[in-house]
Amino acid sequence: MEEGYIIRLINMGKTFRTDSGELVALDDINLDIREGAVQGIIGLSGAGKSTLVRCINYLEIPTSGKVLFEGRSLGEMSRKEVREARRRMGMIFQQFNLLEQRNLLRNVTFPLEIAGVPKREAKERAEELLQLVGLSERSGNYPSQLSGGQKQRVAIARALATRPKVLLCDEATSALDPKTTEQILSLLRRINEELKVTIIVITHQMSVIEAICDEVAIIDHSHIAESGPVSEIFHAPRTEIGRRLILGEGNRNLDFANGRKLRIVFDGRKAREPVISDLVLSCKIPVNILFANTRQVEDEAVGQMIVELPDSGEEAEKVCAYLRSKGITFEEVK
Amino acid sequence: MQLSQFVGMYLAESWATLYMVLISSTISYAIGIPLGVILVATEQGGIAPCRIVHGILGFITNIFRTIPFLILLVMVLPLTKLLVGTTLGPRAIIPPLIIASAPYIARMVESSLKEVDAGVIEAAKSMGASNWQIIRMVLLPEARPSLYVGAAICITTILSYSAMAGFVGGGGLGAIALNYGYYRYQTDVMLIAVAVLILIVQLIQEFWMRLAKETDKRVS
Repeated sequence: MEEGYIIRLINMGKTFRTDSGELVALDDINLDIREGAVQGIIGLSGAGKSTLVRCINYLEIPTSGKVLFEGRSLGEMSRKEVREARRRMGMIFQQFNLLEQRNLLRNVTFPLEIAGVPKREAKERAEELLQLVGLSERSGNYPSQLSGGQKQRVAIARALATRPKVLLCDEATSALDPKTTEQILSLLRRINEELKVTIIVITHQMSVIEAICDEVAIIDHSHIAESGPVSEIFHAPRTEIGRRLILGEGNRNLDFANGRKLRIVFDGRKAREPVISDLVLSCKIPVNILFANTRQVEDEAVGQMIVELPDSGEEAEKVCAYLRSKGITFEEVK
Repeated sequence: MQLSQFVGMYLAESWATLYMVLISSTISYAIGIPLGVILVATEQGGIAPCRIVHGILGFITNIFRTIPFLILLVMVLPLTKLLVGTTLGPRAIIPPLIIASAPYIARMVESSLKEVDAGVIEAAKSMGASNWQIIRMVLLPEARPSLYVGAAICITTILSYSAMAGFVGGGGLGAIALNYGYYRYQTDVMLIAVAVLILIVQLIQEFWMRLAKETDKRVS
């Protein structure tokens, strides 16, 4: 395995043949995923991210390029070897996909039964995992008796049963409410830290990326628009789609403001300084705050704010010069 | 005829009916389940898509389901003779019953298996399950309650087919109804036979529906 990358996608593409012609789902995807990292993959719906995650474990077979897992190309493996590789990659889903006719314990032993692990050993392992996700008392219950968050925790326990190196999460929190989402994300973070499992998170929510990912790839129209460490992309998105995803809902509701707008980004240090007050006091120019929020990104308080600039070009330039002099990251948004 | 003779006749013919239904249902399911599994597995988007196999099997099951049972019964008489050595009595009705009901059961099994969530099958695949493991550990167990409901319908249908056995000297309750009610105008004898048939249908229905309900874990 090269340079500690557990998964490498090399010029990977996927084209579906449909009755109405060819549909390019992914084109020329290059992404290296570091062992032990939490890698986020974000995009709007239809961008191709679900296909991308399915190519990683060959549920979808790429039509071009390569997928390397632990240095070996999945395309060069036999069907049996692919199935064995899948056992080293757990997967969880938006709709949980538990077996409705099996109780929780037997849901977790299921992948072990597939792998041919002896019954007793499988049961012990399953009990251990239900303990880990905090559901050991409910091992005799059936999925229909659980809430969404509990179902996802069972699914996580099940995905970890075969001690995988990688956990693929396909919109794993998209069907959950914010509070439950938070619990599931912190469980995933714990799994990453304690069990050293590499986690790949597919989502359309920037908040999920900010909460647990180290690295992020933004996927748009079948391509990777940009990728890198989360804090870097958050501070300075290089693409339109990146900006849109980071601003999220905040940006769409600003149509009432007609003037020029600036997006100001605060890192951990500057979030504690009264930047706007200082700006107004020293420039003697009023600015209109349109949107602001502060979130925690990788243990740092990070914030962003959108302000409307004064109509006069001269005054606007003065504001920009001030921000520049203070070393504050900002950019103009439309 | 004495009352005791009538009772004896009903008991004997009820037994003949149950015998026909039991044997042909068992064999039909032994053929129908694998057929239904293959139909689901080979369809487009299934676990082992194969248009040719799916097309051929689908065509065959449709043909046999289209032929009216009474005609099929006569059509396969030579085959019946070959298989069970006679064209008379309850045994002679079993081969046509199987030929008629196995394709029917296959379609029933197919529709039950199709109810299994595609996401669950995908999850099993992501765990490295082989197609055989998916069939054995996901499709069939997850569809079990629905398969039981299907059994209630299929076995009732087989029972109603078996009542036509009277036309070829097949025996059973249907034969009583036909011989006494149709040929001799003894409506009361026919009505009792019909009543016993209804009772048997009710019992079959009740048994399988209850089993389906008891084993379904989706309701808390």
